[in-house]
Amino acid sequence: MDVEHSRGYIDQLYSNDPQRCFQAVSELKFAVIGSVREKGSIIEQGIVTRLLQLLTQQDSDLNLKTEVATVLNSLAKGLPEHATALVQAGLLPILWQQLEAGASCGWNAYTQMVLCCLRSVYRQGCAPVPNWDHKLLTTLIQYGYHPTSNQECVANILAHACKTSEQQQLLLEAGGAELVACMLCSPVSRVQLPALHCLAAMCHNNERVSVTIATRSYGGKAVPDLLVGLMSRDKARDMQLAAAVCLTFLHRAGALSADDPKIVFKTLQCLVRMCRRDREVWERVEAGNTLAYLTEISTELQHTAAMTDHLIQTLTDYLKCQAGPALPPVDFCASPITSRQYDGSTLWSELMKEAALKVYASLGANDEVIRQRVIETEGLMETIVNSLASASPPVQLAAVRCLHSLSRSVHTLRTTFQDHLVWKPLMAVLKSSVSEELVSMASSTLCNLLLEFSPSKEPILEQGAVEFLCGLTRKPHPGLRLNAVWALMNMAFQAEHRIKVSILHHLGTDQIFRLLSDSDVNILMKTLGLLRNLLSTKAHIDQIMQCHGKEIMQAIILILEGEHSAEVKEQALCILANIADGDMAKSAIMSNEDILKKLMNYMVIPNVKLQIAATFCISNLIWSAEEGASERQTKLRDMGVYKLLQNLMTTSDTTLFDRLKDNTLLHARLPDIHPSESSLPQEDRIHLARLWCGHYPVLNYQRNVPCGATRRRMPSLNPRPFSPLTIQVGILGGSILFPHHRGCGCAVSCNTASDPGQWTRCRDDPSSRRC
Amino acid sequence: MATNSGRCSSEPSGFGSAGTPDPIKALYPMVNEEETPLPRCWSSKDKFSFIGLSQNNLRVHYKGHGKTHKDAASVRATHPIPAACGLYYYEVKIVSKGRDGYMGIGLSAQGVNMNRLPGWDKNSYGYHGDDGHSFCSSGTGQPYGPTFTTGDVIGCGINLIENTCFYTKNGHFLGVAFTDLPPMQLYPTVGLQTPGEVVDANFGQAPFVFDIGEMMREQRSHIRTTIKRFPVPDTHGEWQTMLHKMVSTYLVHHGYCATAEAFARSTSQDFDEELTSIKNRQKIQKLVLAGRMGEGIETVQRLYPGLLENDQNLLFMLKVRQFIEMVNGTDSEVRAVSRSPRQSHESSPSPSCWSNGPSNSNSSSVIQLHTSVIQSTKSSNGQSSSTSTTNNTLDDMNMRNAQEVTSNSSSNGTAVITTPASGVDSDAEMECIESNGHSQDNGHSNGFFNGYSKHLDPEPQETDAMDVEGNGKGRKMCGGNPAAMERMLGFGRELQRMSQVLRRELGKNEQNKKMLQDAFSLLAYNDPWNSPVGWQLDPIQREPVCQALNSAILESHQLPRRPPLEICVAHAKQLISLMSRKGLGSCAFASVESILNQ
Repeated sequence: MDVEHSRGYIDQLYSNDPQRCFQAVSELKFAVIGSVREKGSIIEQGIVTRLLQLLTQQDSDLNLKTEVATVLNSLAKGLPEHATALVQAGLLPILWQQLEAGASCGWNAYTQMVLCCLRSVYRQGCAPVPNWDHKLLTTLIQYGYHPTSNQECVANILAHACKTSEQQQLLLEAGGAELVACMLCSPVSRVQLPALHCLAAMCHNNERVSVTIATRSYGGKAVPDLLVGLMSRDKARDMQLAAAVCLTFLHRAGALSADDPKIVFKTLQCLVRMCRRDREVWERVEAGNTLAYLTEISTELQHTAAMTDHLIQTLTDYLKCQAGPALPPVDFCASPITSRQYDGSTLWSELMKEAALKVYASLGANDEVIRQRVIETEGLMETIVNSLASASPPVQLAAVRCLHSLSRSVHTLRTTFQDHLVWKPLMAVLKSSVSEELVSMASSTLCNLLLEFSPSKEPILEQGAVEFLCGLTRKPHPGLRLNAVWALMNMAFQAEHRIKVSILHHLGTDQIFRLLSDSDVNILMKTLGLLRNLLSTKAHIDQIMQCHGKEIMQAIILILEGEHSAEVKEQALCILANIADGDMAKSAIMSNEDILKKLMNYMVIPNVKLQIAATFCISNLIWSAEEGASERQTKLRDMGVYKLLQNLMTTSDTTLFDRLKDNTLLHARLPDIHPSESSLPQEDRIHLARLWCGHYPVLNYQRNVPCGATRRRMPSLNPRPFSPLTIQVGILGGSILFPHHRGCGCAVSCNTASDPGQWTRCRDDPSSRRC
Repeated sequence: MATNSGRCSSEPSGFGSAGTPDPIKALYPMVNEEETPLPRCWSSKDKFSFIGLSQNNLRVHYKGHGKTHKDAASVRATHPIPAACGLYYYEVKIVSKGRDGYMGIGLSAQGVNMNRLPGWDKNSYGYHGDDGHSFCSSGTGQPYGPTFTTGDVIGCGINLIENTCFYTKNGHFLGVAFTDLPPMQLYPTVGLQTPGEVVDANFGQAPFVFDIGEMMREQRSHIRTTIKRFPVPDTHGEWQTMLHKMVSTYLVHHGYCATAEAFARSTSQDFDEELTSIKNRQKIQKLVLAGRMGEGIETVQRLYPGLLENDQNLLFMLKVRQFIEMVNGTDSEVRAVSRSPRQSHESSPSPSCWSNGPSNSNSSSVIQLHTSVIQSTKSSNGQSSSTSTTNNTLDDMNMRNAQEVTSNSSSNGTAVITTPASGVDSDAEMECIESNGHSQDNGHSNGFFNGYSKHLDPEPQETDAMDVEGNGKGRKMCGGNPAAMERMLGFGRELQRMSQVLRRELGKNEQNKKMLQDAFSLLAYNDPWNSPVGWQLDPIQREPVCQALNSAILESHQLPRRPPLEICVAHAKQLISLMSRKGLGSCAFASVESILNQ
């Protein structure tokens, strides 16, 4: 086509004569169809503005408008840049408006083309989130029932445009669930597939919408059953995968339980099958990512997946994947939620690695046996270490996830992690990365590496971990603050004095106050735990109280007077009890009548846990073997404490009675304090209390943290033998209890929190833990 | 132990003959159980003495000492797994793990030592509960899956296409355990080793925990895709041309005239066979399918002179069929006598011709026959019956009269029928006779409407006629007419003579002998329709005769006896059954019918 000629019809395009204009648009249509270069050139020339003008002109002929929409559709199908240019030219609002107008006029051919155009733009993935209202959505959904071409367009638009939870809700209210159910039953796979993507988009991370969708049905079959039908093995693979993604999302959003056969048999098996060697790379990557998401939380699903079809073995293949041959991309349509670029085969090895590491992370999250099988996977540790050191951020993140999952094993911490010196690249990631998600996950892992029995603890400390973590406590992201405090708490457990000093020095009392007034109760609890661990062993208590006694007492009063839950106050009382163990530190309490009154007050309030904690503190104060005990006893008796104790002796609460008997009367004195799960049944606590003979666990509760059921070996530095029950409690709580014969309460817990990223939906399910 | 005294091999027949739906059979539709029975229970013979069976030989328990591995004991199923299963699967539920739970589930070939757990020896494969290892013909296992114990359901599947074996646990797929299974036949096998171990087998008589059906569907769609995408070297469009040719020859062969024409037009093929040829054959087919054998034979002789003379066996077959139709009362010979004077005029030449045929077996007889054919042609073409009554005998007239006297009601009916018959339109006439046959034979004639139903223009008149006949006349030999009976007997004697001539000239022919015997046996019964040989009277029996005749005609024109399309389908079916015999599992998912009906 020569330049003269091409100019010719473009001039005509601006003609006021509808006939000529139509002719010109027609010629334009033929010029741009199939030619990327021509599309680019037309867009560059700014012709889009004129086309949009033609669409919005009141008096435009319908045929002309249809022709214009055809041209725009063709342009949108070009490169993503072309679609972006169209969006920037203001195409979308006009199309939406035309669609609404068309609904009332019944312009079939025209609205079909408008829908096609919208579809093409949204499929390019560059369109902004549309401003939907109920009316517009209702219109769109009405179009979606027939004919097939409209169904396909509407499903695609919805699948790509539905991104926020508000949109999901709006879509549901406008009848999106019914439409999707209907589309799933379409005989045309061109409709079914985008309908599945749309369903996935609606369900993703949205419990309300998912639960509603799961109850919808079409033709007498509920949506989950329709999905299972589409997932059956004789269906096209992309269909199977898309249906599996939908069911996964429904499960994770809480609409289907993990033991539903549709999940544990059908979906899981389908996804594992998709990971096999004989599948395409994109299938394997998508299936792996989905599988990781599906099995992230449920121990049952992790168990099942780990034994299904040699999954762990199959995934080793992912790690070895090399950049594939530069083949033209297969024609496939991945879900817009998870879709990525699979065009560049150079990225394949990264994508495969990322997917495999995620799956390993999920599989090894809760079960030590599976974890050991994962760790034994050939080349896994090398991959993790290498990926940490030098890989793209998504792979790094997956590697840290995997490391985090594996760090829940004492055995691994002491062996494999030490062999591979994982702390080195991990620290490097922590110090260099800017991604909050990555740092959050890495700091969670660091918490576990800082457990006192971890050989990595020392070298990490040498790397300036204290300073770094104290810096993290000042971050705005609550997850980071939590992890940092948690790590510090673990670090302070039975730590040497210099470390404690270092923590106090770098953190500063100001920051402690700030953390104690943090709106996140978890951070508050961990900060109190940190204080408890800092204030342990007589010598340390005295030394620390000497320097910071005033601030610490202030902090405790702050907590005791604040509006806090019983668990928080219990922690504060435990700190007091620890302080009461110090020789000099006792005076800090004894000299503070306010505190003493508060303690007495807690002895009478109707909360057994607080009563116990307060009683412990008193019992430490009146411990007769220590210097100045008689004066303290006298003072307290004068204040009426003795009477209170006598009253408590008549308590009907057997636990309290036992404590009193053990601690107060038998002079076995100090509680060992430990943050553990308060979900521990009462009976167990009683039992434990008896076993430990004067050591009672102060149970606090870490909300929203799925704790790893870690099967751990006894730490060798533990001075006393553990009863099996102790270990059980450790497992139950995801934490380890270290009873000590006297002096100090210490807290250590294993950070098992997952980051609140895309994949995460933390749930409280400690009940399913087992030994 | 009393329960297992019953021979379990009697089970399969019990299932099948009871007529109840057989779930095991339904799982493996391509298995021919007459050749390769399916495993349905454990064998009470092929087991070690420490094994006890109960509950219809489905429950296995251990009854040995169970001290060492030398006390291990196995049992095999009654039959090996047929290759035509494609994908075979059975499940074992662990009722009790007993003392140590040393249970093995798997496969073994016949003759493998039963004093062992499956997997330990050559040609033996097993998955063991105590350690979760898989044993591939070896005493040392490989880590494979989880352990299993009381309450677990373990499934063992064998893919006879890929020769792999997989297991499932409680419905979860554990993955392939063994590859490259030997080509020999394998039996489902379980082994137990310590006291108290009890397992129940499910060979498919109850629903499985694992969804094997879905896996089968996957295999089926996989095999079908392979078939559909099978590469055909088609450089010059020869493949396409050949397919077109096959379709069109099929249509031509069966005389689907209009369809064949339309097909040829739309595929721009040469439609080389003349329409008249199709029409002729169609005409003959119609006659034969209507049971009007006499006319049929006559038409063949007229249109294809020399054909029947050169194929005496075919001629014999046609004549035997004619005899049967005479007994049935449908042959024009008999009908003519009993019903229509005009029809008897037309067809009367044929019996005389037959009486000539066999007696003059020398070369001149051919000429003789020809002349008679020409004569008969004339007579049938002649519009007025009076000009062609030369062959008509007085006897015929008498008989006809007698018939009219004996059954008035039926002559009423015939009068109606004969009205169209007097015209040239033989189609309409055919319809009459067909409806007649239909009412007599309780609707057995479905198959043969097929070919030409488009030609039929049902008229109210004809339905009336059918009603009249239905009411007025029961089923009697030769339509109950003594004269017709006579004629039939005469014809029978000629047939007997012809058979003797044939035997002399062409040697013994068991088929012919049997055919004649069966046909003559009809006379031994008062009600031949309800006799043991009554099947011959079923109109459906006309079809093979018709096919044979059609094929012979086509062959005489250097056209294939059977259309290539049908040969192709038959080939495919034969190959599938050959595959099954040769142990190629893909045959399970390549049923020709299901692929054609897809």
